[in-house]
Amino acid sequence: MAEYKRPTTEAEFKLNFKQKKPLMNDTEAYYEASRCLFCYDAPCIQACPTHIDIPLFIKQIHTNNVTGASKTIFDSNWLGNACGVVCPTGVLCEGACVYNHQDIPPIQIGRLQNYATNKTIDAKKEIFKIGKSNGKKIAIIGAGPAGIACACEARTLGFEVDIFEAKDKPSGLMVYGIAPYKITNEEVLKEVEYLQKQLQFNIKYNSAITSKEQLKQMENDYDAIFLGVGLGKTRMLELGGEDKKGVIGAVEFIEDLRMKHHELKVPKKVVVIGGGNTAMDAASEAARMGARKTVLAYRNSKEKMKAYGFEYDLAISAGVDSLFNVTPLSIVGNGKVEGVKFAKTETVEGKLQTNMNNTFIVRCDLVIKATGQAKQGNFYDLIDDLDAGNNAIIKVNNETFQTSNPKYFAGGDAINGGAEVVNAAYDGKMAAQGIHQWLNK
Amino acid sequence: MIDLSINFAGIKAPNPFWLASAPPTNSGYQVMKAFEAGWGGAVWKTLGVPVVNVSSRYGSINYRNTRMMGFNNIELITDRPLADNLREIEEVKKYFPDHAVIASLMVESKAEWEQIIKDVENAGADGIELNFGCPHGMCERGMGSAVGQEPEVLKTIVGWVKEAANIPVITKLSPNISHITDPGLAAVQGGTDAISLINTIKSIVGIDLDTYAPYPIVDGKGSNGGYCGPAVKPIALHMLKDLAQHHEISKVPISGIGGIETWRDVVEFILLGATSVQVCTAVMHYGFGIVREMEAGLRQFMEEKGYNTIYDFAGKALPNVTEWKHLNLKYKVIAEINEDKCIGCDLCYIACDDGAHQAIALPKDGSNRIPSIIEENCVGCNLCSLVCPVENCITMVKTDDGTEHITWSERTLNDDVPTTFDDDRAGGKGHFVPKPTDALKNN
Repeated sequence: MAEYKRPTTEAEFKLNFKQKKPLMNDTEAYYEASRCLFCYDAPCIQACPTHIDIPLFIKQIHTNNVTGASKTIFDSNWLGNACGVVCPTGVLCEGACVYNHQDIPPIQIGRLQNYATNKTIDAKKEIFKIGKSNGKKIAIIGAGPAGIACACEARTLGFEVDIFEAKDKPSGLMVYGIAPYKITNEEVLKEVEYLQKQLQFNIKYNSAITSKEQLKQMENDYDAIFLGVGLGKTRMLELGGEDKKGVIGAVEFIEDLRMKHHELKVPKKVVVIGGGNTAMDAASEAARMGARKTVLAYRNSKEKMKAYGFEYDLAISAGVDSLFNVTPLSIVGNGKVEGVKFAKTETVEGKLQTNMNNTFIVRCDLVIKATGQAKQGNFYDLIDDLDAGNNAIIKVNNETFQTSNPKYFAGGDAINGGAEVVNAAYDGKMAAQGIHQWLNK
Repeated sequence: MIDLSINFAGIKAPNPFWLASAPPTNSGYQVMKAFEAGWGGAVWKTLGVPVVNVSSRYGSINYRNTRMMGFNNIELITDRPLADNLREIEEVKKYFPDHAVIASLMVESKAEWEQIIKDVENAGADGIELNFGCPHGMCERGMGSAVGQEPEVLKTIVGWVKEAANIPVITKLSPNISHITDPGLAAVQGGTDAISLINTIKSIVGIDLDTYAPYPIVDGKGSNGGYCGPAVKPIALHMLKDLAQHHEISKVPISGIGGIETWRDVVEFILLGATSVQVCTAVMHYGFGIVREMEAGLRQFMEEKGYNTIYDFAGKALPNVTEWKHLNLKYKVIAEINEDKCIGCDLCYIACDDGAHQAIALPKDGSNRIPSIIEENCVGCNLCSLVCPVENCITMVKTDDGTEHITWSERTLNDDVPTTFDDDRAGGKGHFVPKPTDALKNN
C-alpha cells in the first residue's frame, strides 16, 4: 500500500499523480500494435461507444501510418486522444479483446490510440476539412466533450458554430473533473486547441446562459441549439451540520485539485461518502494529496458499489480504508467539521435498513460528498416544451438526439445522468448529424 | 549414446553445425569464437582477389514483431588480403585441429584456382567450397552465380579444381536457376566430392518511400542483393529434395543451407538428405550462441526417436516427397474447432469465406462468436487451422476410413479424369458455392 507524502511542489504533485496510462514510445507502440489479430467484425469495435475501427488504426500504427491511424480514430471520435487515456477501456474495448479468452493480456488499445493521436497533434498535422458553408448557424451551450464533439462534426458539415461556456476553459469535466492520474490539463487542452485551430469554431468563455431572455435571443440568432450542459453541483444530503466548514462536494473538490494542484491543502483525516467512480477518485486523490487517513464510507455492501472494481482497487492501493454498510446521520463539530456520525445498515428482506442502535463517529477534518450531482432542472424550465422527465434528464430521440423542442438537441451527462467522456463524444457527433438532417428536411 | 560427429565427404567435424561462408567467418577471431561456442565447422568467408565493399550493405524484411524474417546483402567476397586470411586459418587449425575449416574460394583463371588451392591446403584447410552462387557484384565480373547458372562452365571449373586439389571439394550452388539438378549434375560430372546449397536468391527487399531507392541504399542508389534468412527455407528445402532424390547427384553428400535457425530447421534439412548444415543469418541476428538451441534440440529429438547418429535418419523424409499425381484422392480431412479453446477472433470464418470455400458459419443467434464448420462444404484445405491464433484449437480430422486409395495417375490410366471443359468428372461439380448475389446481402 502506497504512503503518499503531501506534495509541496508541482514536481511532487506529478509524482503522486503519476499517469496511469503513460504515453507509449515508438518501440512500445510497434510491438504492442504487432500483437493485434485483426479480428473479423472485431468485438473491440462493438464495445467502443463510438465504434472506432480499432483493428484498422492499430494496423496503421504498425505500418507507420500514424496520421492515417489518427484519421481513423477522429473519424469516429472527436476526442480520440483524451478517450485513449480516460476511457474505462478494461470494461470497453480492451475488455472485449479476444485475447482475454486465453488469459493473454488484451491489446492496450487505449494507449495505442493516445499514442497515435498525440503524435499527430504534436506534429500539428492538418487532417480535417471544414465543410462547404451551408449558411446555417448552431449555438452550443457547454464546451464539454459533448459540445466540442458537436462543434467539430457541425463544422465538417458546413455550419457556423458558437459555443457558450460558463467557465474560462474548454472541455468541461475533462479538465475539471477527471482524476489527475488519468490525464493532465495540458493534454486535454492541447487536443481541443488542435481541433479548434483546424475546424474554426468559436468558444465564448465566461458566458453562462442563465435566463429566458438569453435563450430567446439565441433561438433568434441560430438555426439550432445543442445542449451539452452536463450536470450541476454536488447535491445536498440534507444532513445535520452539512453546512459546516470542511464539507465539500466531490465535483468541487476535484475541480479545486485540478486547478490548484499542490497548492490545495488537504487535511490529515478525510471521509469520503459514496460508492461510485467519483467517490473512488476523490478518495484516491485525498490519499495522494498526503491525507494520513482517508476513509471511504458506503451505505451498502462492497458488491453493491457502482464503481468499477479497478477504480476501487486503485483507491485501496493508494492507501484508502473502506467502511461498508454505514450511512451518515450527521456531520459533527463545532462550526467546523470534526467527524461524521454513522449508523450501521443491514439488508432485511431485500431492503436496506438503518440500525439506529448501532451508531458511531469517525473523526475527520474534511468530508467529501460523492453522492451524485444535482441535475440542471431549473435551467431546463427556461426552455419551452423541453421534456426532461421527472428526474431532470433530457429526453432525446436516440438517433437524432433531438429533444421535444425541435430546435434543441442534447447529449452527454445531460441526457444520460452521468456517464463517460466517450459517450458524450458520441452524442455530440450524432447530434450534429441530427441537426444537419433536420435542417435539410 | 548420441554421437553428433560427422564425416562429410572426408571432412570430419564434431557436429553437423557449420557456419556458412559469410560475414561471421570473416576472420580467425570470429571462427575461434564460434568453435568455442559449439559450432563444429566453418566455411571461411570467400577468398580470392580482395574486393572493395560499399556502405551500407544489408537490408531486411520484418514480419509483425519479428525482425529480419528475410535478409539481403550486397557485400562481396573478402576484402582482406589473402595472406592475412591464410595465417588466421593456420592459427585456427592449430587450436581446433578436430573442427572443420573449409576455405570458400572464388577466382577467375585456371592458374589462379591452382595457386589459391595450393595456398589454402598449405594453411591447413580441411576442404574447399567453390562459390558459384553469389548473385550480386561478383557475377557482373563473370564469377559467382555467373558460373552457377552455366552448368558447362561450372563443370569445367570443378574439373580444374579437382585436378589441383588434394582435399575434398564442395560445390556451392546458386538457386537462381530453373532446375537445380542441371548445375547439380554438372558438379557431380565435374568430379565434385560434395554439394552445398542454397546460396542467396537475387532480390530487392524494399524501396525507400522518400528517396525511391532500393534497400540497402548506397548514396541514393541500390543494387539487387542476395536474399536469405528464415523466409528462404522452403525454397532451400525444395532444392535440397530435388538433388537428394536424383539418382546420380545423390551419390555425393549435401550440405544444407538456407534460413536455418532452430533445431527443427536442422532436423528438416537432415530428413531431406543433408548431412551437414550451414548457418549465417541466424548468427548475424543472434550471435554464435544460437547453436546452443540447435544442438540441445537435435539431441532431444534423436534421444526421443532413438537415433545415435544423424545418418540414422538422414533422408528419411525423401520417400514421402512425391509428385502430386501420386497423392491419394480418396484421403479426406475436415476441420474441427475446439469450442473451449476458441477465443472468437473469427479469422477462420473470414479466411474461409473470403479466401477459401465458405465452409465456416458464425452463430446465427449472436450468442457468442464461436464459429462452426459446415462439414459438407469443407474441402479440408487447412486454411482455418493455419490462421487460427490459438494453439491446437482447430485441428484437421481424418474422415475417410482408409480403405480407398486412388491417385490421379491411376485415374488417368483408367481413363477416368475430366477431359472436356464441362466434364461431369470435375472435382468441384456439385460442390456448394453461394450465389454471387449472396455476397451483397452480407454487407
